[in-house]
Amino acid sequence: MSVQEVLPLGGVATGQSGDFRADYRLVAEMVKPGSKVLDVGCGEGDLLQLLETRGIDGRGIELSREGVNRCVAKGLAVVQGDADTDLVNYPDDAFDYVILSQTLQATRQPRVVLENLLRIGRRAIVSFPNFGFWKMRLQLLIGGHMPRTENLPATWYDTANIHFCTIKDFVQLCDEINVKMERSVALDLYGRPVPLNLPWWVWNMFGEQGVFLLSRGGGK
Amino acid sequence: MGGVKSIPSPAISADERSHEVDHPSSQVAHFGTEQPLRLDCGVDLTPFQIAYQTYGELNADRSNAVLICHALTGDQHVANVHPVTGKPGWWETLVGPGRPIDPKHYFIICSNVIGGCMGSTGPASINPSTGKVWGLDFPVITIPDMVRAQAMLIDRLGIDALFAVVGGSMGGMQVLQWTAAYPARVFSALAIACSTRHSAQNIAFHELGRQAVMADPDWHGGGYADQGIHPHRGLAVARMAAHITYLSDAALHRKFGRRMQDRELPTFSFDADFQVESYLRYQGSSFVERFDANSYLYLTRAMDYFDIAADHGGVLAKAFADIKTRFCVVSFTSDWLFPTSESRALVHALNASSARVSFAEIETDRGHDAFLLDVPEFFDISRAFLQSAGKARGLKGS
Repeated sequence: MSVQEVLPLGGVATGQSGDFRADYRLVAEMVKPGSKVLDVGCGEGDLLQLLETRGIDGRGIELSREGVNRCVAKGLAVVQGDADTDLVNYPDDAFDYVILSQTLQATRQPRVVLENLLRIGRRAIVSFPNFGFWKMRLQLLIGGHMPRTENLPATWYDTANIHFCTIKDFVQLCDEINVKMERSVALDLYGRPVPLNLPWWVWNMFGEQGVFLLSRGGGK
Repeated sequence: MGGVKSIPSPAISADERSHEVDHPSSQVAHFGTEQPLRLDCGVDLTPFQIAYQTYGELNADRSNAVLICHALTGDQHVANVHPVTGKPGWWETLVGPGRPIDPKHYFIICSNVIGGCMGSTGPASINPSTGKVWGLDFPVITIPDMVRAQAMLIDRLGIDALFAVVGGSMGGMQVLQWTAAYPARVFSALAIACSTRHSAQNIAFHELGRQAVMADPDWHGGGYADQGIHPHRGLAVARMAAHITYLSDAALHRKFGRRMQDRELPTFSFDADFQVESYLRYQGSSFVERFDANSYLYLTRAMDYFDIAADHGGVLAKAFADIKTRFCVVSFTSDWLFPTSESRALVHALNASSARVSFAEIETDRGHDAFLLDVPEFFDISRAFLQSAGKARGLKGS
């Protein structure tokens, strides 16, 4: 089952301009032209296609056979594989960037996956839905049920998203495994960045998703 | 008990077979004693010849050549009517006008492998030092030997680097061997339903086939050609057994089930009551019309010996270290001869080498044979892969 299938990010779709999702455009901006990129959980290859237009050598891994075959039929270098089990097959420093877009929460071992991303790539770009988003909190607080949103419509019993976290949680994990955050952006429900000058707790409350550019920490 | 039909004798005479062996209806490249083929077994094969077909035109900068590698029982007639059987080319679904590998865009080459029996030197050829058919005196050949011979042919045709090497099954093994042995000469590689090594189960099936051939009294220790006969019964049994491995339980059930052949009730005999029996007998008897029994022994042996990792210190990824070739690996869900797990192992090794690789597993119930059949998803993937490689190579029209 593809992450794209369980997590159709309708609400953060195209934004005002262009054919690509706002978070994809943000991710693509973070990647230096001419670099080598691995997109883990690449779905049907939209982000890879966007990267290709910017002269980036992109590769992909996708869990669903349908997703892979559609990517390959677009001429993309994509293999069928699982972020949890297949990243170990890649050597150290094989890529300039490894991207994990809206997939972290669907992995069995997010911490191990994150560590692998920064072993294989000199940098990692991770985006994930923020479970600290005010709509989520409100549903749990007032409604007393597991939150469901336009972007995360699955019920608790059929969701593939088994490891939700908040932006705060993710920042904490990065600290724990000595990962440096080079750039962090929270996008609101409409794919607009939450203003930079606001404090963390605002991001964690009003960011519908977080997008992080990460690199290896310099050692403690 | 009367009326028990065994496998019918071939409709074609031994003479007609040997004609294609020595004087093929194809172009032939002759390699004299100054250009021996150095075989893995230590023997220099010389002189030797390679029979090949080409389609399309080589472009001005010689960058659009596509080499098609045929499977165990295939030959060079990939996209033209077969000179012996009169049937269409064996891969006209993939190769031909309007197909993913279109002679309008590419210069397409397909050669009969060394050890084959359709015009390239093999055990059915005449041994120039004795004037007799080679038979079992022919040296044992390997997949790397086949590829070395193909590289000599490509040299002869004045082509430095191939735009693509494409093949399924044993043809896929050759594709992988090309990339391991001549990485700089292969821009893109399409390896279908294959593996980097032959599994124990596959070696076992091959041994079954070889024993069937050798158990036929007409085989005469491999010297049947001198007697003017051919061990067609043994070879047909080998083909029948192998053919089962190319299909799947689901495909056989869908195609034949338990249906009877031209009858309502069992005959209580060993006649071909079931359609599936009749089908297999037909497969066996039509195969022996176009294939040499000793050639079958040699080519199955070549596949058995194939193990790329073993040639690279046991580490598959080393075979593809720093390779620039663009790979597309395709497997089929119901293929139990070259299952997806084998392709996945290859893909892992290619990933470890940071190679540019696409890998698609295609859902079908048609087994290993699916790569030769009409599977639109496979064609879409092949077409897109070659088009995107063509764009990277700067080919026009891709």
